[in-house]
Amino acid sequence: MLASLVGYLGDFDKAEEATQEAFAIAAERWPASGMPANPGAWLTTTARNRAIDRIRRERTLAEKIHLLPVPELVMDEFDEVDDTVIKDERLELIFTCCHPALPTDGQVALTLRALGGLQTADIARAFLVSEETMKRRLSRAKAKIKATGIPFAVPDARLLPDRLDAVLAVIYLIYNEGYSGRVDLSAEAIRLGQVLAALMPDAPEAHGLLALMMIHQARQRARFSGEDLVLLDDQDRSLWDVSQIAAGRAVLDAAIALGGRGAYVVQAAIASLQTAEQIDWPQVAELYRRLVELTGSPVVELNHAVALAQAGDPAAALHAVDRLDLDGYLYFHSTRGELLRRLGRDDEARAAYRRALDLATSTPERRFLTRRLEQL
Amino acid sequence: MQYALMIYAEPGHVEALSDAERDAARAEYLAFADDARHVVGAQLQPVETATCVRVVGGRTLMTDGPFADTKEVLGGFAFIEAANLDEAIELAARVPAARLGGTVEVRPVVQR
Repeated sequence: MLASLVGYLGDFDKAEEATQEAFAIAAERWPASGMPANPGAWLTTTARNRAIDRIRRERTLAEKIHLLPVPELVMDEFDEVDDTVIKDERLELIFTCCHPALPTDGQVALTLRALGGLQTADIARAFLVSEETMKRRLSRAKAKIKATGIPFAVPDARLLPDRLDAVLAVIYLIYNEGYSGRVDLSAEAIRLGQVLAALMPDAPEAHGLLALMMIHQARQRARFSGEDLVLLDDQDRSLWDVSQIAAGRAVLDAAIALGGRGAYVVQAAIASLQTAEQIDWPQVAELYRRLVELTGSPVVELNHAVALAQAGDPAAALHAVDRLDLDGYLYFHSTRGELLRRLGRDDEARAAYRRALDLATSTPERRFLTRRLEQL
Repeated sequence: MQYALMIYAEPGHVEALSDAERDAARAEYLAFADDARHVVGAQLQPVETATCVRVVGGRTLMTDGPFADTKEVLGGFAFIEAANLDEAIELAARVPAARLGGTVEVRPVVQR
């Protein structure tokens, strides 16, 4: 409903205000007069009319809003308004919120506010900033949309692949903020992913990302044991959400059936393989190799090396890892430590773990690395 | 909507091209300038010809050189008329400097 209003009014704030007013009116009237036959249509029409009312009173702002000629108020005809008249413009809204011309933190904030419907205070808390800061981020993003003329539209086919990448990146960013302990945002990211996949059923990467998030989240409860990080090998699989894994795999199958072989589909396939009783590490390594091709990312190369080690070749893995330039990255050093330990080079392993410990920022990380050092 | 396109590039980036590449870049710039949405534009003379002017205490002060002493300098500008930011960006991407290592800054113009 908000999406269609933003489209109609061309303005986030007015759409929000009008929506709230419509709900307030409904809450007042419906208990007495009963619910209308088509509540969705009633709410949208009421919201539009309230907004038009306000706009008439603020005529000077009208030129900044893309309005059709203002229609007459039709307060008496709600029940006749068809559901099909209300266009689902959530896809336009997603692409507008995630426009690459906006700063990333603004894209994230706006997506959570406009599509997720989260309160500003909750978004602020999730990102560990003050509510004032988050309000400013949102204002800046909305102001830039208005001032620069970012259109409320689904991008042309020509631009769509890149713009879809931007949307997926925002959703994944939201997911990862939740993944490191605060579960709420990861659930919100999955919900957004489901909305996007439903609105873009033929986009394999959208399904790939959704599958990836679902399978990861299914394992969430087993990742931590109190304050301790638990490695994949050691996780208590009874804590895994089996039905969510199955659901994630179904989404992955859909993505593959659409011919998806992009980065998110590959990552989802890796996650899926890692939920098997016996992990097929050579297959995982092969998928990581493809992911390296797609992304050129040294962190992905690191994961590839780990898969090689798990598949039985720690020496080759260490050789691959040592070629990487990731000195500031904790997992680079902890991985080296583990590989050196497996190769029996304990002194070097200790040095690597100590370097990792220097870079550790969270308690679970520190505890894990300290235990590893003690075990050597 | 009117947008200003400010074209930043390293001095000499065009001269460094081969003859064929330079001809191609010039043709692209002409095509860009010929676009119906291109209102006005100009290439600026090199940064060595720049003079900065300030008025302090009623006196006109001037210094030699550009405003910002950066590797990439303002080399030209254009005013375009576009329906929305996406259209403005699409036009900006056609400025040859953008694909030759430079940057085009796109900003909406204040409507008077």
